[in-house]
This record gives sequence, structure tokens and C-alpha cells, in this order.
Amino acid sequence: MHRTGELYGQFETLEQQKETAALGMWVFLVTEVLFFGGMFLTYTINRRAFSTAFGIGSNTLDIKLGAGNTVVLILSSLTMAMAVWSAQVGKKKLVSIFLIATLGLGTVFLGVKAIEYKQKFDHHLIPGRSFDMKYHPAHPMPGDDLEELDKEKQDVDKAFAVDPDINAHGQLYFSLYFGMTGLHALHMIIGAGLLLWLIKASFAGRFTPQYNTPVEVVGLYWHFVDIVWIYLFPLLYLIDRHR
Amino acid sequence: MPHEDYLNARYGIRSWLLTTDHKRIALLWLGSVTVFFFIGGLFATMIRIHLLTPTGYLVTPETYNKLFTMHGVAMIFFFLIPSIPAVLGNFLIPLMIGAKDLAFPRINLLSWYIYMLGGCFVLYSFATGGLDTGWTFYTPLSSIYSNSAVTPAVIGIFINGFSSILTGLNFIVTIHTMRAPGMTWFRLPLFVWAHYATSLVMILGTPVIAITLLLAGLERMFHLGFFNPALGGDPILFQHLFWFYSHPAVYIMILPAMGVISEIIPTFARKPIFGYSFIAGSSIAIAVIGFLVWAHHMFVTGESVYAALTFSFLSYLVAIPSAVKVFNWTSTLYKGSISWDTPMIYAFGFIGLFLIGGLTGLFLACLGLDIHIHDTYFVVAHFHYIMVGGAVMGYVGGLHFWWPKITGRLYPEALARTAAITLFVGFNLTFFPQFILGYLGMPRRYHTYPPEFQVLNVLSTAGASILALGYLLPMLYLTWSMRYGKVAGQNPWPATGLEWKTDSPPPTENFDVTPEVTWEPYDFQNRPDLGLAAGAPSLAPAHGDD
Repeated sequence: MHRTGELYGQFETLEQQKETAALGMWVFLVTEVLFFGGMFLTYTINRRAFSTAFGIGSNTLDIKLGAGNTVVLILSSLTMAMAVWSAQVGKKKLVSIFLIATLGLGTVFLGVKAIEYKQKFDHHLIPGRSFDMKYHPAHPMPGDDLEELDKEKQDVDKAFAVDPDINAHGQLYFSLYFGMTGLHALHMIIGAGLLLWLIKASFAGRFTPQYNTPVEVVGLYWHFVDIVWIYLFPLLYLIDRHR
Repeated sequence: MPHEDYLNARYGIRSWLLTTDHKRIALLWLGSVTVFFFIGGLFATMIRIHLLTPTGYLVTPETYNKLFTMHGVAMIFFFLIPSIPAVLGNFLIPLMIGAKDLAFPRINLLSWYIYMLGGCFVLYSFATGGLDTGWTFYTPLSSIYSNSAVTPAVIGIFINGFSSILTGLNFIVTIHTMRAPGMTWFRLPLFVWAHYATSLVMILGTPVIAITLLLAGLERMFHLGFFNPALGGDPILFQHLFWFYSHPAVYIMILPAMGVISEIIPTFARKPIFGYSFIAGSSIAIAVIGFLVWAHHMFVTGESVYAALTFSFLSYLVAIPSAVKVFNWTSTLYKGSISWDTPMIYAFGFIGLFLIGGLTGLFLACLGLDIHIHDTYFVVAHFHYIMVGGAVMGYVGGLHFWWPKITGRLYPEALARTAAITLFVGFNLTFFPQFILGYLGMPRRYHTYPPEFQVLNVLSTAGASILALGYLLPMLYLTWSMRYGKVAGQNPWPATGLEWKTDSPPPTENFDVTPEVTWEPYDFQNRPDLGLAAGAPSLAPAHGDD
């Protein structure tokens, strides 16, 4: 189909084109809800069956990094919303600035996630042959809070008495942890790619009050990915903090 | 044909592989699903030859397991699910609603490429060890114990899912935003309503099978425990997630066929369809209720009796909208001026076979009876009546009906009628004996059977060879007709849809000017442009060999 200015050939008007793109993204997000839904269901059922192992697994996560990342993502949603608003009112420079800020915050999130994954690797908490929930409490790393670690050791020992298969069930928790956060991170990476594309188009001055559909549609996607994290954070980090 | 149309507008391999024209993409799909149909058909042929004798001489038991698995995977994921939506739906929806193209033409092309990529993975699996888990991929067989090439197959089906999702998304958005002026929701052809319902199932169900197969694949690759009881996982959870998609997927296959039948019946009965809004609504009802019945596949897994009762009841509910359709099609025929053109023969075949397939589905939804016939040939016969007798009949019937629009040529009518009847006879001979076999207790997926079942098995194999002939014929004469068939006019039947108001084959932009719809659907009375003289509704349609 030929393009006339910003209007693609299959459409009659820019409004129709914009409405179509937005509806397309909403429908896509519906499919995403169901895509993540299968994992949330698997998580829910296993957490109910193995609450002890899931509690211990959850408490090994670094709550400061997790909470910090939550703030970073919420801020990135704010900057994304600002980018959409700037495009709508025609402040071309601001669009680029806010898009770059969003991309920066997204990158910070992914960086922190990488640090967390590295920690889990060091603590032998990657599902597989060397997985061992008792490893880290028995082998403190430099910089560890020994008091915390001692509590973790007591928890693992206590849990082991209740659930001798704690290592198998802990692996389920960490399989889901890596599966869910990994899938989320993949969506972030795709989002970052989309942002790069937007930034390029924004530098070329393509977004105007008449035509800003791409910014709006990518914005919807970005907010969705944030919302997924808003659910992941409590489900993975906060389920057993009261101890 | 001197005018420029979508086929001769541009030439060269690039103009096909990089096209964003929905009509050309539909033809790309037509080619690729046909390839998978014949691959799946080849496996089916080998199964039927093997079962000629009680001990089965053709292949080893291991190979037999692979044959029925690969037959199922090729047919379900790579033929039945895309067939009508991606070929006919793709071609027709923009024409029927008076649009220049689908809402997202490039995503439409992407769907096809994703399908081809997934298809390559699956063919790779077939070629490098095959697949023996059954098309259902039940864990832990698929995730731990199977020694066949499960991983590439799972990756292939995972990838292919996104093709389905994007097609469904494209259709939904197109139907919402691309309708021509005057094309209100209740003037939409029922084919479009059926595809809207299908698309709902595609976008809501497919992501779930994608994530489920992803988890099963990760479990196999990295020895994780989501569905592995040895590691605390739950294999029943896999079955729930699997059937949450795979039961509604049955409606992805049958709903579009129902849409095709709803177009054919009024055209060849020369009467407005009876109960338009009920047929439209029943498509949506089937899609919605279809999501609430999945656990009737699991009555023997030890699920809670209350769950089983609920799912049994809900499964019975699906019969209501299905029956609404059958009754309305039949009522449309009443006092109609019926002509026995090839598409109509397929439509009649569809109604009869779908009726048998649907009613035997009620046997299976019945809790007590299901214990007896669970996992027997009764189930095999039931779903082949729906899938082959229903969906494939609808697909082939639809191909004939719209062939003049797609190619601009008529197929040879006498030959086509012969093929349609051959298909009907061959189909019944193949699958009716399987109802009896199943009721007598022959389990599905076994490579041997007791000698007393041989007569029925030989009948079934004999039927399959007739069926194979019935499929080869249309492939030959339809191909032939692309060059040598009689030139079809804009509207050879004549039919009432908007797609018949443009040239055959249509120009790239579909319509020279955006049409404005001022008439009600399936109205033959107030449409002088159809060329039906008042009081002479039985005007003979233009046959290929008149």
C-alpha cells in the first residue's frame, strides 16, 4: 500500500489510522495478559502447594534492589506519559528528551536485574544440578550481612524438617522467578528497541500534534510492561517478609 | 482479461514475497497450507495402510506413534487452524466489508513468515527423528521420557502461535475500523461474523498454548519441574493449560467453516438467510462458551466430581448455538429455489456430517458414557466428523465458491460435483466404521487390534483411499482451471456479498471507488444489479461446462 505523507494507503483518514493503531495495540495487550496469565497460574498453584519453599526462595531476593527497580519503572512510566503528552501538544524537543529518559530508566532496570541474576548465580540458586538452598548460608560472600544470613540458615534448616524436598520445590520457585522476570525483561528489551526507533523518528521531527500514533502506541505497551512488574514484585519479593 | 488486477499488477518473485496485498498473501497461505495438508495426509495414509491387518505390517510400533503424532501436528497446527481464516478470510474480509486491505498489511505478511518459520522447525523435527508424544504433548512424556525430536517441534508450534495471534488481531481491528460507509455490524456477511468470533478465540487462547509449550520446552531443555511430579510439578496443570487453548481451538477450525456455509446456503437457495442475527450471535456464543468447557477432555484424570459435572453441563450448552445454526440453515432452504452447484453439495455435506459430529460430541460430554468411550476410536471418529467432515468440507466448498473471484475463472462443474460426492462417500466410509470400532472398545493410538475388528478397519482404509482421490481431484482441476477455465464474470452465481461487486479477479485496491452499502444482507429481492429478473429467482447460474 502506498503512503501519502503519514497516511497509509489502506486508510481514508488520519483519525481512522490512529484509532486502528490504538485498537491494535489494546488487542495485542489482551493477548499479552493471557500470555503472562499461564505463568501466573503456574506460580499460584505451586505457591499454594509449596508455600514454605516459596517463602524461603522469596526471602533470598534482595528487597532493596527489587523495590528500587519498582521505583525506577514507575518513573519510566511517568516519563513515557510525558513523552506522549509532549508529542500531542507539539513540543518536539521535549518528546526526544522524555523518550531518552524513558530508555535510560529502562536500561537502569535491566542493569539492576542483571546484578540480581548474577547474585543468584553466585549463591547456587540457578535451577539445575548445582542448585542448593543451603549453599549460600554455609558460604558467606564478602559484603554479606552475617546476621541476615544466619536467620536464612535457621529458616532453611527449619523448612528442611517440614519439607525434605525443599531443594526440588525451591527450584520450582526459582524456575518461575527466572521464567517470569526473564519474560518480563525480554519485553523490556523489546520496549527499549521500540524506544530507540521512536527516538530516531523524534530527532527527525516526525511527531506532531496531528501525527503521534507511534509514541502513543508504544506508550501503551510500555505501561503494560510496567504493570506486569507491579504484580511480579509483590508475588516474587514480598510473600514471606513478615518473618 | 485485459484489465489490470491483483494478479497481473506486478510480476516477479519479489512482488509476491514482499507483497502486502491481502489477496496475494492469501495465495501464499493457500500454497503453504496445501503442502502441509498433503504432508499430514501422507501420514494418515500410512496409518490406514498399517491398520489393514490386526498386527500391522507396515511400520514398527515406535514409527506408528510418530505417524499419528505428526499427522495431528501437521493437520491441526499447520493446516486446519490457518486454512479458512488465513486463506479465505484473508482474501475476503476486506472485500466483504468494502476495505482496501486489512488494517495492518505488513503484519499480515509477517503472519505468513512466522508460520513458515514455525513450519520449518516442525519439518526439521519430522525429518530428524520425528515426534511421538501425540499432538497433545502431554507431560512428562513430552518433557522427559520421549526420545524423539520434541524440542524443535515445540519451538515450531510456539512460533506458529504468534502467526495465529497476529491474524486474529488483524481481523478484529479490521472489522472494527475498516468497514465501508453503510456497512453496519448487522449488515456484515455472516462469514465476517464467524471470523470475528474465530479471531476472539485466536487472540484469547493462543497465548496460553504458547506459554504452556514454552514452559514444557524449558522443562525439557533445562530439566525444570513445572509439570514433572518427581520435582513437585503437576502434569494435570499441563493438561488444563493445554486444553484451555486446544478445546477452543476446535472452534477456530469449525467457526470459519460455519461462516462459509452461511454464505453458500442463501446463494444457492436464492433466499435471504433465516435468522441472520441468531446465526451471527451464535458464532459469538460458541466462541465464549467454548472457553468454558476444556476439562471435558479430562474426565478420567481424577478431577473433582463437581468440576466434572460443571464442565459436562457447560459442554452441553455449546450444542445450543451450534443447533441454532443448523436449524437456521435448514429453514433457509424451506421454499428456496435450490440449485445443486458444487459449493451447495459441500454445504449439504457439511450440515449432515457436522450434525453427526456434533451429536456424538454430546455422547462424549456425558460423564458416564465418556468413561466407556474415552480414548477410543469413537473419539477419533467424532472429531474427524467435525474437523474433516465439517472444517475441511467447509474449506473446500468455500474454495470452490470463491474460486471465480480469486482466479477469475470457473472450475469444471461436472468434475467438481463428482469430486464433492466422492469426498462425501469416501469420508463416511472412512470414519463411520470408527464409531463402531470405538464403541466396541478399540483404543485410539494403538498399532495393533484384535482380529475381530479387521473388517471395520479394512472398510475404513478402503474409504480413506476414496477420500484421497476426492482430495486429489480438486487440486488437479482447480489448478487446471486457473489457465483453462471459463472466464467468470463479476458475479457468476449470483451472490449478494460486496466481494461480488468488484471485478474477478479484483484490482489491487479492491474497489475502484469505496463502495457505499445501502442494502440489507442476503437480500435478493431489492437488488436489480444481480440480474435476477423479478419472478424468475431460479435463473440458472453460470457453470464452467454449460
